Amino acid sequence: MSASVLFDSPGPRARALMTVFNIIGALALLAVVGWVVYLLYLKGQWSWTLWGPVFAGDFWVYYVWPGLQNTLRSAAFATVGAVVFGVILGMGRLAHNRVVRWTSGAIVEFFRAMPVLLLMIFLNLLLARMLPGLEDRLFMAVVVALVLYNGSVIAELVRSGVRNLPKGQGEAGLAVGLTPSQTLRSIQLPQALVAMLPALLSQLVVVLKDSALGQIIGYSELLRSAQIFGNAPPINNLQALLVAAVLFIVINWLLTVLAQRLSRRLSSRGRAAVAPTAIDAGAVAGAAPFTGGAGGRVGRV
Amino acid sequence: MGDYLSGLWTVFEEYDVLAAFWVNIQLTFWAGLLALALGTVLAIMRISPIASLRFVGTAYVNILRNTPLTIIMTFMILALVFQLALQLSSNLSDSYFRFAVLGLAVYHASFVCEAIRSGVNTVPLGQAEAARAIGLPFMDSARLIILPQAFRGAIAPLGSVLIALMKNSTVAAAASVTTETASTMKVAIEFNPDYLMEIFGVFAIGWVILVIPVGLLTTWLSERLAVKR
Repeated sequence: MSASVLFDSPGPRARALMTVFNIIGALALLAVVGWVVYLLYLKGQWSWTLWGPVFAGDFWVYYVWPGLQNTLRSAAFATVGAVVFGVILGMGRLAHNRVVRWTSGAIVEFFRAMPVLLLMIFLNLLLARMLPGLEDRLFMAVVVALVLYNGSVIAELVRSGVRNLPKGQGEAGLAVGLTPSQTLRSIQLPQALVAMLPALLSQLVVVLKDSALGQIIGYSELLRSAQIFGNAPPINNLQALLVAAVLFIVINWLLTVLAQRLSRRLSSRGRAAVAPTAIDAGAVAGAAPFTGGAGGRVGRV
Repeated sequence: MGDYLSGLWTVFEEYDVLAAFWVNIQLTFWAGLLALALGTVLAIMRISPIASLRFVGTAYVNILRNTPLTIIMTFMILALVFQLALQLSSNLSDSYFRFAVLGLAVYHASFVCEAIRSGVNTVPLGQAEAARAIGLPFMDSARLIILPQAFRGAIAPLGSVLIALMKNSTVAAAASVTTETASTMKVAIEFNPDYLMEIFGVFAIGWVILVIPVGLLTTWLSERLAVKR
């Protein structure tokens, strides 16, 4: 392990010491896991009456699958909407006209400061009042809240993506006689959007996670289905929620890996200079010196 | 007009907006402290020479970061409190509050860890090499040389985590903390549907007032405290 420079490559004594610490660390981990398992045993949580229903077909066919469909449906609609809304707002923030620029700036800052849950609850109550006959009200509230928040985040990504392009790109566009807005649309935006793709994928993880907020207003997505199942006798919320959590983790983890792959592929094409994540300090300094490999990227909360 | 204003006045006499925001601030404060401590430990584990510690740190971050906060909060109440009958206080609402703090802390600790790691990446190689050259072992070089500079380099991402934590403290609603802003707003609107826009407006302005200065402050601090190189 010469990847890290925080410590020397170990000599024989250090290696022996590291083995000892490794064993201690592994034992500590086992002790914690064992303690949790034992605690659950004491409370009778390993009984098959609680675990059995979670592996039975009914749970997957009538609860998990419809819930997952609703989760993915709201996330998909929200992502498409957020990209459209974000690109429009991002272009607004880069516009030549001061009024347009300031208005888009105010909208972006407002929605970035709003808790998504607050927006969701408000939109749900607003839609109930304005359009009482609306069938998909909960779905609409979830999607619109996610679009408003994530669109504002994407607007900032667009802005920083365009800002990080080499200056010559914009100047060349103006030099061949394009107007500033034509330059933005046909020269700068396409390049910025390609560089943004990994960041967009990580934002998709945020959308998926936040779609679970729909549970609080009663939208029957995956978490809510699992909860309804867990609340029915035999009450096994712990088991049902764990299954829902594992599904979310697997989907999000796959998306994260995909984003990292894409980011590496884009940077090997020589686009590293335009990657819009300013926090990605590792990429700025060349390689991530301490944490090695893909370190440095901070996931969005 | 007089009716309208006096009606609005009664709404905000009945629902204490400031008290609701105070709950969110308290949630943020305690969860932030816990998350900072836990996140720092995780960051040290992830940059340490011990492979098993690195594995635990990485696994923790990858799992918690990809779990929706809403699931964690729901799990706290339905699984830990109702199903396992665990309690963190003899007072029920105190117990809910503490479970909400715990849920927020374990979730955000993974983001704190990543923020500190990105701060570690801003420390130049020469610093670590110099620390090793004068014979400091790993813990001393981390404690005296790397982490102090890393924290100063990590203020901007830590600030984003803090802002996210503030806003996410509304998700405590899923952990039965009913006095925070989102739940208070919901009840206030449900009982006074005529003032829907006004009530949302007041809460929205409150959040803007709370969040935007924190953003400006951390940006200013990160520029001021950054190690000049």
